[in-house]
Amino acid sequence: MFSCRRNTRTVFSKLLRSTSQCRSASQASTAARLNRPVDFKKTPILHQTQNSARAAFGLSQDAPVDWVNLHGAINTTLHHALKTDESVLLFGEDVAFGGVFRCTKGLADEFGAARVFNTPLTEQGIVGFAIGCAAEGMRPVAEIQFADYVYPAFDQLVNEAAKFRYREGSTGGNCGGMVVRMPCGSVGHGALYHSQSPEALFTHIPGLRVIIPRSPSQAKGLLTAAILNCNDPVIFMEPKILYRAAEEFVPRDAYTLPLDKAEVVKKGKDLTIISYGQPLYLCSAAIEALEKEIKGLSVELIDLRAIYPWDRATVMESVQKTGRAIVVHESNYNAGVGAEVAASIQEGAFLRLEAPVARVTSWGTHHGFIFEKFHIPDITSKHIGSSVSITRC
Amino acid sequence: MKFQNPAEEAAMPTYRIIDADGNVVDQSRDPSSTPAEEIIQWYRNMLTVSIMDLIMFDAQRQGRTSFYMVSAGEEGIAVGSASALSPDDVCFLQYREQGVMVQRGFTLKEMMSQLFANKDDNGKGHNMPVHYGSSKLNVHTISSTLATQIPQASGAAYALKMQRLINPNVPPRIVACYFGEGAASEGDFHAALNIAATKSCPTVFICRNNGFAISTASIEQYKGDGIASRGMGYGIDTIRVDGNDFFAVREVMLEARKRALEGDCRPILVEAMSYRVSHHSTSDDSFAYRAKREVEEWKRRDNPITRLRKWMEKKGIWDEDKEKEARASIRKDVLREFAAAEKLKKPPLRSLFEDVYEEITPEARTHMKELKELIEKYPNEYDLSPFEGGLKSLQ
Ligand SMILES: Cc1ncc(C[n+]2csc(CCOP(=O)(O)OP(=O)(O)O)c2C)c(N)n1
Ligand SMILES: [Mg+2]
Repeated sequence: MFSCRRNTRTVFSKLLRSTSQCRSASQASTAARLNRPVDFKKTPILHQTQNSARAAFGLSQDAPVDWVNLHGAINTTLHHALKTDESVLLFGEDVAFGGVFRCTKGLADEFGAARVFNTPLTEQGIVGFAIGCAAEGMRPVAEIQFADYVYPAFDQLVNEAAKFRYREGSTGGNCGGMVVRMPCGSVGHGALYHSQSPEALFTHIPGLRVIIPRSPSQAKGLLTAAILNCNDPVIFMEPKILYRAAEEFVPRDAYTLPLDKAEVVKKGKDLTIISYGQPLYLCSAAIEALEKEIKGLSVELIDLRAIYPWDRATVMESVQKTGRAIVVHESNYNAGVGAEVAASIQEGAFLRLEAPVARVTSWGTHHGFIFEKFHIPDITSKHIGSSVSITRC
Repeated sequence: MKFQNPAEEAAMPTYRIIDADGNVVDQSRDPSSTPAEEIIQWYRNMLTVSIMDLIMFDAQRQGRTSFYMVSAGEEGIAVGSASALSPDDVCFLQYREQGVMVQRGFTLKEMMSQLFANKDDNGKGHNMPVHYGSSKLNVHTISSTLATQIPQASGAAYALKMQRLINPNVPPRIVACYFGEGAASEGDFHAALNIAATKSCPTVFICRNNGFAISTASIEQYKGDGIASRGMGYGIDTIRVDGNDFFAVREVMLEARKRALEGDCRPILVEAMSYRVSHHSTSDDSFAYRAKREVEEWKRRDNPITRLRKWMEKKGIWDEDKEKEARASIRKDVLREFAAAEKLKKPPLRSLFEDVYEEITPEARTHMKELKELIEKYPNEYDLSPFEGGLKSLQ
């Protein structure tokens, strides 16, 4: 299911290992036709050729590009940020030896323990510390080891980071420059506490920017912008299943991407699918299957990228065109991002809608260890979601 | 004006009963009078943990389970402390205390059922491996989230205390709460100690200080005199003990339990010193951050199992033949339960939706129905064969 270069020096490599190499807690069906592992070597979500990457970023034919995976792209981005701005700091649990997902590898050696360091094991401490650093002019990048463990820091994020600028008013005090990175999402056997995608808890909070990249090249541009250019606190969630699985050509030179713009990943005219992060790969595969099955069908795929504040205009423009929409995310159904997007579409494009906006999400339950394959959205469930919404018209 | 400098204070001593060679150093607590069968049983429990650990670590490497955590070097803390508890006492564990489970009577079958998440797993297939729990043994199910159990242990102990005030006929009980020195950096640890002290809760907090929290060495985790010094700050009776010394851990725990229940009750903090001999988990390769030599030296220098064995051999109640026989029979038992558990079906699919609330909600019923329809529509896309009852359980 994911790429599986064996690297024994990688902590938590297990969490990223292929289902064929070792038993995932819930098995894929061997007879599956739709629910096949995503083929990361073919998916159009990634820049499989150098020119695809150059074209996407408007670069010249000889611009340097590198083949990198997600943790590699994040590592280079952090490197660039530390190098270009000496107010950038990097810290969190086990960050100094490279982090359990290798994103911070080599950075403590190069930039020294004053700027890149391990913290004690205290998420509320890590985020509170980051807010303080930012309030006094530094640009701290704090790592929470797993999104599942961000909750001890919830008070600091919700009551402090999000409201800092508002509270300070005309004093101008703020904690912009702070980025809190965290790996999120399922990997096959993470169960309750190594699988969560808690973005909806943060999209409810004005004052925080919530970003989820879909690929190495997107992560590079978005994270660079978050660390170096953004003056609001950013929650940067990294789908950990993509750390090694998602590899593509990425422009070598630094660049930024906007932190408030969705992107149309694939153009279409009959149906809009809105998603972000890891499920985009499944959406893309489901669209491929569906477009083969229904002749003439054309589906538009949108990556939100910025989950909050989000780009309503791009979504609305698309739905005005297609008249049908499905929102897909890995986190729970109830009060998820899908609810917000669906409600907004209903407000903004009601008369144009030809079917109810559908949601394809995890169910309203927890991430049971051996049940993952039945819980999170897969190609089949998106397939059916699409068919439902199409046949209903 | 005088600022107190903790570096100028003497460090809290580490309590020992036997030294690394198995000689008694605290004659006042000479374990010789303890019946040999009891000691042998404790020893066998430590061996069981250590043998099971090796087998399960390899099983993960072979892809037969997805995850495992061994407790090598820390068997003495778990088994020793649990040997001092009453079965009625309530336990909250972190994840490296399988010795507590074994000592409290969790069978190999029960352990394997959890590790393979089969239909007999108390956790109903919800949790990752090593997240044991047993209502029968008064052990709450382990959560991966560090330190969350520590304030819960304060509250649970308060509940036990209240219940005895309501009904003096119930036996006095304590709560034993285990965690690592890394977890002790979480706010939850500090909140727990403070509230337990102010509300006089009969909780014994047992910190396993094994020197590491994944890659983070204790020198980066805290300053000052270890975790023990924290207890002093919160006004809590505290002791530091050598975690490789089975008898010392046991005696400390017996005494801690007694004190916790004296008078109006009070919390106790125990800091048990050890070394994490193993990698953090099957997902970790610790040689990325510590030298192999360091680990080898530790292994050679001291270990709770060898230390107790030396003492037992000196007493003439153990020898090479007994050791061989014990290891062989434990290994056989572990492998038998391993094979049996691996073959069993998984819990029913319905279990995905159960236990979120006491009753399955109307929303979840809709989701179950949708899932059932999805699988019926695409039968080849899902493998239901491992699950007890197949699709029927989604009724
Ligand atoms: C709240 C929280 N943050 C981070 C983690 C990730 N994590 C799992 S174990 C661990 C280290 C714990 O070290 P320690 O408490 O010393 O226990 P040990 O592993 O040494 O037994 C970390 C950081 C977690 N499980 N929970
Ligand atoms: Mg530790």
